[in-house]
Amino acid sequence: MNIVKQLGLVLFLIGLGIFTATLFTGNFSLTEAELNDFVASKGYKSEIIKAELKKATVTDEDLNIFEFSSRVRNAYAASNNHYDALIAKYDAEKNWDKKGEQFQYKIYGKPHTLSYEIAKKAGSGFVRDNPGLLWWLTFGLAILGALLFILPNLKLLGRPGIKHNGIYHESSTNRGWIAWLVLVYLVSFYLLLYFMADYVVNWTYILDPISEFLNGGQASQWFVYGFLYCVIMIVMAVRMYIKYRHNKYQIIRTTSVLFFQIVFAFLIPEIMTSLNMPGYDFKNAFPLDYDFFFEWNLDSLRESGAVGLFILVWGVVLTIVIVPVMVYFFGKRWYCSWVCGCGGLAETLGDPYRQHSNKSLNAWKLERWLIHSVLVFSLVMTLVTLYCYFSGAEAFLGIKSQWIKDTYSFLIGAWFAGVIGTGFYPIFGNRVWCRFGCPLAAYLGLVQRFKSRFRITTNGGQCISCGNCSTYCEQGIDVRAYAQKGENIVRASCVGCGVCSAVCPRGVLKLENGPENGRINSKDILLGNDVDLMDLVNQNK
Amino acid sequence: MEEHIVIIGNGVSGVTAARHIRKLSDKKITIVSAETDYFFSRTALMYVYMGHMKFEHTQPYENWFWKKNRIALKKGFVNQVDTAAKTLHFAEGDTLQYDKLIIATGSKPNKFGWPGQDLDGVMGMYHKQDLESLEKYAPNKEVCKRAVIVGGGLIGIELAEMLHSRHIPVTFLVREESFWNGVLPAGESAMINREIIANGIDLRLASNLKEITADANGQVKSIIIQETGEEIACNVVGLTAGVSPNIDFIKDSDIETGRGVKVNRYLETNVPDVYAIGDCAEQYKGIDQRRPIEAVWYTGRMMGETLAQTICGNRLQYKPGHWFNSAKFMDIEYQTYGWVWAQTKDNEARFYWEHTDGNKCITLNYDKTTREFIGINTFGIRMRHEFFDKILTEKQSVDYVVEHLADANFDPEFYKLHEPAIVAKFNTENNTNIKLKNKSWKRIFA
Ligand SMILES: Cc1cc2nc3c(=O)[nH]c(=O)nc-3n(C[C@H](O)[C@H](O)[C@H](O)COP(=O)(O)OP(=O)(O)OC[C@H]3O[C@@H](n4cnc5c(N)ncnc54)[C@H](O)[C@@H]3O)c2cc1C
Ligand code: SF4
Ligand code: SF4
Repeated sequence: MNIVKQLGLVLFLIGLGIFTATLFTGNFSLTEAELNDFVASKGYKSEIIKAELKKATVTDEDLNIFEFSSRVRNAYAASNNHYDALIAKYDAEKNWDKKGEQFQYKIYGKPHTLSYEIAKKAGSGFVRDNPGLLWWLTFGLAILGALLFILPNLKLLGRPGIKHNGIYHESSTNRGWIAWLVLVYLVSFYLLLYFMADYVVNWTYILDPISEFLNGGQASQWFVYGFLYCVIMIVMAVRMYIKYRHNKYQIIRTTSVLFFQIVFAFLIPEIMTSLNMPGYDFKNAFPLDYDFFFEWNLDSLRESGAVGLFILVWGVVLTIVIVPVMVYFFGKRWYCSWVCGCGGLAETLGDPYRQHSNKSLNAWKLERWLIHSVLVFSLVMTLVTLYCYFSGAEAFLGIKSQWIKDTYSFLIGAWFAGVIGTGFYPIFGNRVWCRFGCPLAAYLGLVQRFKSRFRITTNGGQCISCGNCSTYCEQGIDVRAYAQKGENIVRASCVGCGVCSAVCPRGVLKLENGPENGRINSKDILLGNDVDLMDLVNQNK
Repeated sequence: MEEHIVIIGNGVSGVTAARHIRKLSDKKITIVSAETDYFFSRTALMYVYMGHMKFEHTQPYENWFWKKNRIALKKGFVNQVDTAAKTLHFAEGDTLQYDKLIIATGSKPNKFGWPGQDLDGVMGMYHKQDLESLEKYAPNKEVCKRAVIVGGGLIGIELAEMLHSRHIPVTFLVREESFWNGVLPAGESAMINREIIANGIDLRLASNLKEITADANGQVKSIIIQETGEEIACNVVGLTAGVSPNIDFIKDSDIETGRGVKVNRYLETNVPDVYAIGDCAEQYKGIDQRRPIEAVWYTGRMMGETLAQTICGNRLQYKPGHWFNSAKFMDIEYQTYGWVWAQTKDNEARFYWEHTDGNKCITLNYDKTTREFIGINTFGIRMRHEFFDKILTEKQSVDYVVEHLADANFDPEFYKLHEPAIVAKFNTENNTNIKLKNKSWKRIFA
C-alpha cells in the first residue's frame, strides 16, 4: 500500500513537473499575413504599431514566450511612447487640437494582456501540436498520481473515524519546508495567472480541444483556471470522501460543493457562451461577484435580451432575498460550505491546512476590521459605478469610477482573493479569504449573527476542553472557549463546515437549525452543577 | 489589603476556582504549579503525541489571560504546608503566605510496588513530563519495538491508541476478564474488547504484571506475566492502573487525609481556611451514588465553581447533579447519563440494543416495578445531555425515554437514525406499543 502511495506521489510530481516545464517550450512568431490579420481585427489607429509589432514578432528567430512577450510589450510601449511624446510636444506648443487628436492612437490595456492575445496566435511547437498527448502527460499523470496517493488511505488510515495522526509531525501539514514550497508554487501560479497571463499561454494550448468542444472557442487562461479548479476539487474531494467516510454530513456537503463548482461555475457558463449568451455563474452572488454591476457587465446583459434581463433580476434577487432568507433558515453554511466556489476549494484542496487558522483574540479583532472594511469598500465601489453608469459622470463623491474599480479588482479581486487567499493555504490556513476578506461572507455573517436559526449546540457539561474543535476550525473560532462553558456557538464567521463537531471526541457539538429563542445562551456554570448556583450566576449576568 | 487566595495546582479545578473568584471579587489570587507555566488540558495530552495538536493547542487560555485577570502564576513545588503560620514551603527553598488555601493538586498514577517499576522506559500517563518521557522512549517503532501497557482503564486505552498511531506494536495487560467490566455491562465491555483487537492491539485479558526486567543499562527489557510466566520483550512499559490523589506533601501537616484530602460538602478541610477540590478531594461520604473521590474533568470544574462562591462569602454546598460522563474507545464514542452499573441491581431491569455493525449500542437501565428511568449508556450514538438531565430530574419512565429518543439524539445532521430499530426491539421485548415521537424543538427547549 505504501508503495502504491509512493508511486502515486512520483507520478504526480512528474505530471506537475511536465505541466510546469511546458511553460518554457515552444516558439513564438507570426507571419506577416497573420500579423496583418491581427492588427486589422483589433482596429488599432496607431500608425506605427504595425511596424513595431512586425519588428517584434515577424522573425525567423526561435523566441520562447518570455522573449516574445518582452518584445511585444516593448512594441506597444514604443507606440504609446511615440504618441506620448507628441502629446507632450503639442502641449508645450499649446496646440490643443493636435494634442487632442493624438489620444486616439494610444493603445490601452495591460501590457501582459495585450501580449497574451498575440502570443495565443503566435505559438508553435510540440505542446500546441500535441495537446492530447500533453493532456495525458500533465493532467493525466497528475490525476492518476494523486489518486494513487489518496486511494490507499482507505486501508492505511485504518478504520473509519477521525484520523489526524501525524498532522503536526509532517512537514507538509506543519508549516515545514514542503508547505513553504507549495506556498511558493501557488503564489507564483496566481501571480502568473492574474498579472502575466501571456507566460502561461502554453497551458491554454493543452486545453484548446476541450474548450472547443465545450464552448466552440479556444481556451483562455481563465478556462485553464476553471478546468484546473474542477480537476483539483474532484481529486481532493475523493480524499474528503475517504477521510470522512463515517460522517454523512461531510460526504453530502462535499458532493454539494463539487456539484455547484462543476455544473454552475464551470459547465453552465461554458455552454451559455457556446450559445452566444453571456457566460454567467448563477450561484456567484454579489458582492463576491464584485463586477456584477460594472458597466461592461450591465451592457453585456442589456445586449443579451431576455436572458440578460433574467440574469440581472436573478443577480439582484439572489443577493437581496435568497441569500439572507437561506441564512436565516440554515446559517451562512448553505452558501459558504455547500455552494461557494472559493469555499469549495477551501474545503477540498485546503482541508489539509485547516488547522493553521489563527485562533488568537487579536486575529479575531483583525478579522472584524478587515472583512467589514472590504464589505464597505465593495459597496462604495458599486455605488460609484452605478451612479456613474446612469448619470454618465466620471466620478461620484470625488471618487473616480474607473479608479475605484481598478483598485478593488487589483487589491481585493486579485491579491486578496487569489494570491493571498489561496496561495497562503499551506501556512495561514484554507479560509484566509473567507475569513478576512470576502464581502459576501461579511454580509452573510451579519445575518447569521443577528437573525438566524443556526447555531452549534453545546452538549451540556460534556466538554473536556481538549481543544480539537478549536484546532481544526478553519475560521479560527475558538470553539472550545464556548463549549467548555456549556455555551452555544453563534459566530458571524462560522461557515458550518461541521468539522468541529466531527473531531470532538466527546460528542459535544451539533450544528442545528432551531428556534431563535435561547439560541445564544451565556452560561457560566456547567449543566449538572447545583441548580441554585446556576440560577444565581445566570441572574447576576 | 485584599485577602490572598493561594491555589496549589493549575489544573482545571484550581483554574476554575481562580477564574470564578476573580469574577466575584478583587481578592489577590496566586496559582502555584510545579508542572507547567500555564494551564493546559490533561485530557488532550494524547492528541499531542498523536500529532493531532501541538502542546500550545491544549492551553484553553492565551498567555496574556492571567495577567489581564490579575491571577499571579508561580512555578514551584510545594513540599510542606504550615497551616499554623499559613505558609507554604517550596522545594526550591522559598515560602509563600496565604490567607486561604485551596488544594487542587490532582492525581498521580498508581504504582503497586512491581519489581522494576522505576526503570528507565517505565512511565505513567498523567503529567506533561510523562508525555515528554514517552516522546523520548517511544518516538517511533524503530526505537520502541514493542510497548506493554499495564491496566485496562480509560487512560490505558488512550495510551494504546497513542502508541498505535505511531505504528508501535502494543501489548495491553488487563487484570479483568473483559475490558473495564467493573464499570461497563458485559455486552458493552465485549464490544470494546473487539474494538481494541480490531485495531491490531495484543489484548491480554485476565493478565497481571509480575515484574519488569532490565537490560544492562537499567532500561526496560521485558515484562513477565503473572498468570502464565510469559516474558514479553519490550522497550516501554506504561503503567495505567488507575490514579490516586497527589497529596504526599501534606501527609504530615495537620490537614486530615484519607486516600485524598478529606472535605465536607462545602469542600472545607478540617483546618479553617484550607479547602480541597478536584481529583485530590475526598468526600467523607460519596454524594448521591458518586464515589468519594471523583477523578473526572467536569467535577473538578464544578467544585471550582462552587468553592469560588464560598470563598467570596456565599457559603455553598457542592451539589453535583445527575451523573454523566463520556469517553472514547479508539473510534467508538461513549456517553453515559444517570446510572448504569456493570451488574444489574435487584430493583433494576435492562434494555440492550446493539447495531448489526457491532460498533453501536445502547443500554437503558430502569426500575423493574416503577419503570422509572435510571440511566443510559450509549456507544457510537451521541445523545443530548440536557434531555437526560431533565428526564432524571422529572423522574420520567423508561417508556417516556424510548418514546422521545428522537429528542435525545445528538448525532450530526444526516446521520442514519437508529431510533426506529431501537423502539421496535424495545416493544417486542417489553410487550409495549410505544410509537416514536418526531423530534420537537418545543419539548427540547421547554
Ligand atoms: C491522559 C488523561 C486523560 C483523561 N481524560 C479524561 C476524560 O476524557 N474525561 C474526564 O472527565 N477526565 C479525564 N481525565 C481526568 C482529568 O484530567 C482529571 O480529572 C483532571 O485533570 C483533574 O484536574 P485537577 O485540577 O483536579 O488536577 P490536575 O489537573 O492533576 O492538576 C493538578 C496540578 O497540581 C500540580 N501539583 C501537584 N502537587 C503539587 C505540589 N505539591 N506543588 C506544586 N504543584 C503541584 C500538578 O503538577 C498539576 O499540575 C484524564 C486524565 C488523564 C491523565
Ligand atoms: S465553528 Fe465548527 S462548523 Fe463553524 S467554521 Fe469552525 S469548525 Fe466549521
Ligand atoms: S473538541 Fe469537544 S471536548 Fe474537545 S474542547 Fe472541543 S467541544 Fe470540548
